[in-house]
This record gives sequence, structure tokens and C-alpha cells, in this order.
Amino acid sequence: MASSVQTPEFLPEPQPWWAVRGTIAPRRAALLTALGLLLPLLGWMALAGSGWVDPVFLPGPGAVLARLATWWADGLLEDIGTSTLRVLGGWALAALVALPLGLLIGSFRTLQALLEPLTDFIRYMPAVAFVPLVMVWIGIDEGAKVAVIFIGTFFQMVLMVAEDIRRVPQAQIEAAQTMGATRREIVEQVLVPSAKPALLDTLRVTMGWAWTYLVVAELVAASSGLGFAILKAQRFLQTDKIFAGIVLIGLIGLVIDQGLRWAHRRAFPYLHARH
Amino acid sequence: MAPDLSSPAKAPKLQARGVWKTFGHGTARTVALQDVDLDIADNAFVTLVGASGCGKSTLLRTLAGLEHRSAGDLRCDGQPIDGPGRERAMVFQHYSLYPWLNVLDNIRFSRQLATHTRDRTDADVEAASGRADALLRLMGLAHVARAYPSQLSGGMQQRVAIARALMSRPQVLLMDEPFGALDAQTREVMHDLILHVHRLERTTIVFVTHDVEEALYLGHQVVLMAPRPGRIDSIHPVPLPALRTQDMKLAPAFTALKRTLLERIRATSGMQTDTELLARLSRAGSIDLAR
Repeated sequence: MASSVQTPEFLPEPQPWWAVRGTIAPRRAALLTALGLLLPLLGWMALAGSGWVDPVFLPGPGAVLARLATWWADGLLEDIGTSTLRVLGGWALAALVALPLGLLIGSFRTLQALLEPLTDFIRYMPAVAFVPLVMVWIGIDEGAKVAVIFIGTFFQMVLMVAEDIRRVPQAQIEAAQTMGATRREIVEQVLVPSAKPALLDTLRVTMGWAWTYLVVAELVAASSGLGFAILKAQRFLQTDKIFAGIVLIGLIGLVIDQGLRWAHRRAFPYLHARH
Repeated sequence: MAPDLSSPAKAPKLQARGVWKTFGHGTARTVALQDVDLDIADNAFVTLVGASGCGKSTLLRTLAGLEHRSAGDLRCDGQPIDGPGRERAMVFQHYSLYPWLNVLDNIRFSRQLATHTRDRTDADVEAASGRADALLRLMGLAHVARAYPSQLSGGMQQRVAIARALMSRPQVLLMDEPFGALDAQTREVMHDLILHVHRLERTTIVFVTHDVEEALYLGHQVVLMAPRPGRIDSIHPVPLPALRTQDMKLAPAFTALKRTLLERIRATSGMQTDTELLARLSRAGSIDLAR
């Protein structure tokens, strides 16, 4: 019976462009991604090369690359290193406090009632406005730059960590309770491992925010760093250098982001296991 | 197994006397359970069935200690129930497995809790690993021991949840619509599996379901509950041999009791008004169509 079944000529998979949540072929997706990156670059080159726009307003890609080359000779790596250390320092310090605090707020309603409204209030305060205060409180050395990044990321991070913990399904907690788990065991062996993937995502997202506070942090009496270089270039109207600095920060952020995504895939194989 | 002579032979495993459960305060207080009296014998298989809102899940969760009773007396083996405890394991409808642990580690989860590691001997550790293996085989999970829950079908996931609950040999197994999300064929397989487990493990099982046929096929006793306020309506012993087979679902005794229970659920569920409404609507509809 089965052997007599003729294989029909299969219809091609439909490839609609605008199906809601529809899938598209990987080749088409790659092509669109390349276009999305290349078109703005070409547009930028065309606009800068046309002569319609003053290079002071919009330096071309060539000028920016040339600036990067001279910057390389002028200690670019040192600027990158200094800035990366500041961002990582402020972010890591924020994570060091926000992870346990968010875990406790997300686990215990008592602490949530006590601490969350205050945190919610502070996170709306502009981190930029804290700069003069930080200078008074901490001074103008490295600590002050790290502190600005800490202020910019910490309060958001606490709330996000607490929310990650609260998203752990109630049934996971109750199953542990009916197996005789203590309060501490529930926190350590259910809440933390269950929320880990969400927590790593929270760290990745807040890392992006930490980089956006870099320029603000380097307002404080800095003498090196990418943010400081951008600020100095601003003073001398070196727009090509401003462009170079902004693009560099974007690239570093992208590399770190992809690194953390890769770590996510490695650390949580059960999320990516094939069915 | 030798009978335990130190305790009275007829003492119930679980006992509820005048148990109430309310939610909210003052005028917003709603009664989820009203004056529940229930005795569940050792090694019994009792099913709780009723219309939605009848408090069957609330009663189960109160027995588990996950909800605190608002009034009355609730005991397990004569000890008051004041919170969850390892002697009363629970199986949930879903989302209770630990997705970061493979099947074997999910089943062994309770072994690393202090309640089990306290005063543990080498022989205990060996017995436990033997028990985990035995449960894997009993539940037909040996070939997926290293798989993650997300890689399993819904039926397989519930097998893991049952094995995990059984791991520490609980006195009582509380099951909250554990097969509610499974397809009909898988449910039948799971029914025979849980009956087998009950015979083998000799645990007391309290099983909540909204499906009358499921309640009858599994239970020695069916506790019928009624809503608004949630209460026990009636208790029905099931007139079938303890060793159930699928063809018993067609036995006259089975179908007769099924009809009785369904009628009683309809009578107590407050759905009469809905029936009237439906009748009125269909009359109105026929007039419209006639025009």
C-alpha cells in the first residue's frame, strides 16, 4: 500500500513580505539586514560627498576614519580602556548591590513595601543633575565617574531584578514548599536558578544604559576617556572626532551585548534545547 | 506491610472539622469554603469534583497547608496542619517543574533539601538513588532521564511531576487537576498509571477534577462539592472493584452514578438561570427566523 503512494510535486513555501508574525527565508533576512546597515552608510557618504552640507555639520565617513587613525596614534586605546573600566566599574558595583537587594525585594512583600516606592522615586531623578553633588560628596577622582554611572543604573537595576524574581511561577515555589523546603532553600534553590536567565538579560540591558551615562560621568574633571574626548572635540568643533567617539561607543556596546547574548546561550542550554 | 498497632485502626489520615476558608475583609469577605467536615482514610483514593467555584482546589490547597484555614480544625495523622510539609506532597496542573534541571534532577530535587539531608546515612543515600531509578522506570521516563522538561510532552511532564512528588515517600499525595491540560488519550494512560502508583505506593491520594468520569474512574469515594458558598454537597462511594479497567466505564453502576452526579452538579451550580435564558433566546430566535 504505502509503496504505491506517489510523491507529488510539492508547492513552494509561500513567501509573503507582510504576513503578521510570518517567517521569511534566512537569505532574505540576511539581505534585509545588510541593506539596513549599508543604505544609511551609503546615504551618509552621498550626502557628505555631494557638497550640499558643510563638513563641520556632517563630516564624511572618510574624514571620520582619518580622524580615528590620528586618534589611534594619540592614545585611542588608552581612552577606550579608561572608559571601559569606568563603565564596567560603575555597572558591576551597581549589580553587586542591586542583585541581592532586588532578590530580597522580589522575595518578601515586607521589603517590597518598605523599599520599592523610594527606589521608584529616586530612579526618576536625573542622574546628570547628581554630577555637582557627586563632586561635593566624592570629589573629582575616578570614584566620582564610577559613582555617576552607578547612580544612573543602580535604581533601575534593583526594580528590574525584583520584577525578574516576582515572575518566577508560583507553582515552582509551592512545589518546593510541599517537598519541605525551608524559606532559605526556596530563595536559593528555586527563585535564584529560576530567575537566572532573566537576571542575565537585565544585566545586559543595564550595561547598555551604563554606556549612555559615560559622557555625563566624564563631565567630572576627566583628562582621558571616550566621553572626555567627545566633550573636548565639542569645544573645538571637531565634529569628525565627535562622530568617531559616538560610533566607537556604539561598537563597544554592540560587542559587549553580543558577548552577553553568547554567554546566555552557553549558560542556559535548557532554554535552547531542541524539542 | 504489617499494620501499625500503636494507632487506632480507624483513625483517618486526613480530618477536617468545621473548616472555613474566606478571602478578603469586612463587606468584601467572600466564603470559599463553608463548614467542611471530611474524613479521608489511610490509603484511600478520594476525588473532589464539582462546578467551578465550588472550592475543591481551595480545599486541596488548605489540606496542603498552602492556604490557612479561616476557622475549624484540620489534621493529618492527628497533627494540626499549620503549613506545607513533606508528608503532604502536591502535584500541580502545570508550570511546577524546574526547567533548569533535567528529568532525573527534578525527581531528585527533594533529596538535597535539609529536611532530608539531616541525619542521613550512607544507606539512605544509596536507597534514594535506587528510588529515583525505580520511579524513572515506574513512570516510563528512563529513556528521557537526561532530557529537560521543555523537551517533553505535557503527559511526560506530569509523569515527572508525580515522580518528584513521590520521591520522598509522602503519606499523602494531593493532586490539583493534574491531567486537566492533557488530551483524552494521554489522560486514559495517566489514569491507569496513577491507579497503579496508588496500589504500589499505598499513599493516600486526594485528587481534584472537574471531570465526573475521571472522578468516578479513579476514586474509591467521590466528594461532590457545590459553589456559592463552596461546600461539600454529598459523598458517594464508588460501587466498582478496587482494580479498575477501562471497560468499567460502560458498567451500569458506573453510568448510573455518573448520571446522578452530573444531575446534582447541574442542580447545585446555579446554571438553571442560564438554561432559562437559553430557552428564551431560542424562542426569540425562532420568531425572528419565522419572519
